[in-house]
Amino acid sequence: MASVELRRITKRFKAVTALNGVSFDVKEGEFFVLLGPTGAGKTTTLRVIAGLERPDQGEVLFDGEPVNHLSPSERDVAFVFEQYSLYPSMSVYDNLAFPLRSPLRRMPEPEIRRRVQETAEKLRISHLLQRTTAHLSGGEMQRVSLGRALVRDPRIFLMDEPLSNLDAKLREALRVELKHLQKTEGSTTLFVTHDQIEALTMGDRIGVLSRGHIIQIGTPEDIYDRPATTFVAQLVGTPRINLVEAHREDDTLYISDSPVRLPLPPGRDVPPTLLVGVRPEDVRIHAEGEFLAEIALTEPLGVETILHLRAGKQTLLSIVPGMTDLRVKDQVRFSILRERLHYFRPDGTRITG
Amino acid sequence: MATIELRKVEKKFGDLHAVKPMDLTIHDGEFVVLLGPSGCGKTTTLRMISGLETVTSGQIFIDGRDVTWAHPSDRNIAFVFQFFALYPHMTVWQNIAFPLQSEGQARANIEKRVQEVARVLRIEHLLHLRPKALSGGDKQRVALARALVRRPAAFLMDEPIGALDADARETMRAEIKRLHLAQNATTVYVTHDQIEAMAMGDRVVVMSEAVVQQIGTPAEVYYKPANLFVARFIGSPGMNLVRGHYADGIVYLPGDNRYQVPASWRPALQEALGGQGEVILGFRPEAGRLSSEGALAAQVYASDLHGAYTMLHLSLNDELIHIRTERSQGYHPIGVVVRFDILSDMVRFFDPRTEKAIRRVGSGSPAEEVG
Repeated sequence: MASVELRRITKRFKAVTALNGVSFDVKEGEFFVLLGPTGAGKTTTLRVIAGLERPDQGEVLFDGEPVNHLSPSERDVAFVFEQYSLYPSMSVYDNLAFPLRSPLRRMPEPEIRRRVQETAEKLRISHLLQRTTAHLSGGEMQRVSLGRALVRDPRIFLMDEPLSNLDAKLREALRVELKHLQKTEGSTTLFVTHDQIEALTMGDRIGVLSRGHIIQIGTPEDIYDRPATTFVAQLVGTPRINLVEAHREDDTLYISDSPVRLPLPPGRDVPPTLLVGVRPEDVRIHAEGEFLAEIALTEPLGVETILHLRAGKQTLLSIVPGMTDLRVKDQVRFSILRERLHYFRPDGTRITG
Repeated sequence: MATIELRKVEKKFGDLHAVKPMDLTIHDGEFVVLLGPSGCGKTTTLRMISGLETVTSGQIFIDGRDVTWAHPSDRNIAFVFQFFALYPHMTVWQNIAFPLQSEGQARANIEKRVQEVARVLRIEHLLHLRPKALSGGDKQRVALARALVRRPAAFLMDEPIGALDADARETMRAEIKRLHLAQNATTVYVTHDQIEAMAMGDRVVVMSEAVVQQIGTPAEVYYKPANLFVARFIGSPGMNLVRGHYADGIVYLPGDNRYQVPASWRPALQEALGGQGEVILGFRPEAGRLSSEGALAAQVYASDLHGAYTMLHLSLNDELIHIRTERSQGYHPIGVVVRFDILSDMVRFFDPRTEKAIRRVGSGSPAEEVG
């Protein structure tokens, strides 16, 4: 397995700058997730690494060596797409064996058989090897696609939203398996998604991409606990972070249109108006809470309940465990965990103490 | 508003059952969600209520009136689809006003009513725009406004927010529920998304393969699933289900684990299994508690951050289970063996032969008492 580094990659398509000075590195054996909305430049980044697009500026390095001049096949990367690209008339076995039978490899059949069987076991598709792929379910097809990438033992795995086409239950199951597999195999993986939960749950590190710019790189904990901008703060977490306007007066922060008062962020450079982010789990309902609110809506999800709290004209979301007895129009008291507050400047950048 | 009653309603396409005979009573002002995977019969059921689809047998009543063979327009219901069927050449105002205009209502009346619904849906500032200038969420608000404007007896909604992105879905989910609280209109809502169903429904009708699996409040389908399908389908991830062998008050589980069955469950298990036999033990991920003295042991398969909490995936031989843990409980590397307990009031049992939940008479805990 190899490490990957992107140095100041810029890619333009006519007037559109798809990637604008993108730099990051994926360490050997790391699971790196590129997270961003549609059109952020995620797929273009993968294609540049694979050699399917030529960057206008910047360098791609594998194990510290520039690969800009190498063709896609010389780069030896494996690509897994959202749409499974399998040969429908072939058996699962032949689909898995196909990359190994390439004339470039000249791998003997017994070796091919060993590798196919080993890979099939890892992906729990041994029982499907003799079937043609046309008869598989969506989840099985995506396992075979993953298997076809895995069997080659490439330098790097590039995965472009491979789980997006599956239903919620399958996605959940494959997410866990893929993570387990990546960790036990130690494969260098760059995984692209727009789904924040995939990024948080699978990545060793996450790079947040927006409009061709890297906004933040960090561990899932960094991204969730210390978002660099309001964009990142709103991108991760369900339900969404509460983001409210506030203004400073002396030593107190006044949340607009509400009775909520909060301490100032640490540090000297506090602007007169700012944005405050509070994760729903940090809005705590309890009898001695500082602030009063009315319940505007309850959304029971089973494991927890989302409460919409109306405090003044602001609505704040809060999460309580299990199914609550609280009803719409009930009056409740709540507090906000001060040590978990996020402060942002009006331009959306994080204020750090 | 309206009550809706389905009596032995059935739909066949040729030899194929789209909906097997079902009974369902939807009370006045109730929000009922038809939930299930694609092909389960939920949309066909909704279309039969609307009259867009005929029934093969059975009867449908709206407010006590037999409408089984009534024309859709004679049922006084409004339909909202996943794809906002707005007229592109009309403004938002004209789109909303259209159903009233085609009824020949007076201009002043129309003006007043359009303003009213626009205020409820917070789209007053969009009234002069055309649909193509709107975001997906706003388009769906307009579609809702157009359904609302006629004051129908009931709303039928077919995955109305399924085409929106995750963010807009979260917002619209709450808005539709708020709208329902304000208007109290009888609503039948179809979705494949269990989170949506739980969050919105007064009651949820879980369907699979043309059959109603369970009808219950969100708490009932979550805590007391009627069968393995409901246990798996509700929750994210679904209920942990581990196959074992019951004998003498103990369930023998994979990985040499022995689960001591709470005394309150023993009579029911004895009876259901005829003394001993195969059983499926079920518990929700939040009912598992890590503890160094835990009675059960499993190997860490993966562990991941979900934001506010972490999910620990454990393997009991070949079976994967999931336990929700606090972030403060630390990091658990793959391969390590951890011990855990199951909160005794959250444990459930299923008969593997029938796939149905084993019920017991009498109960004590709050989780048991729901519904």
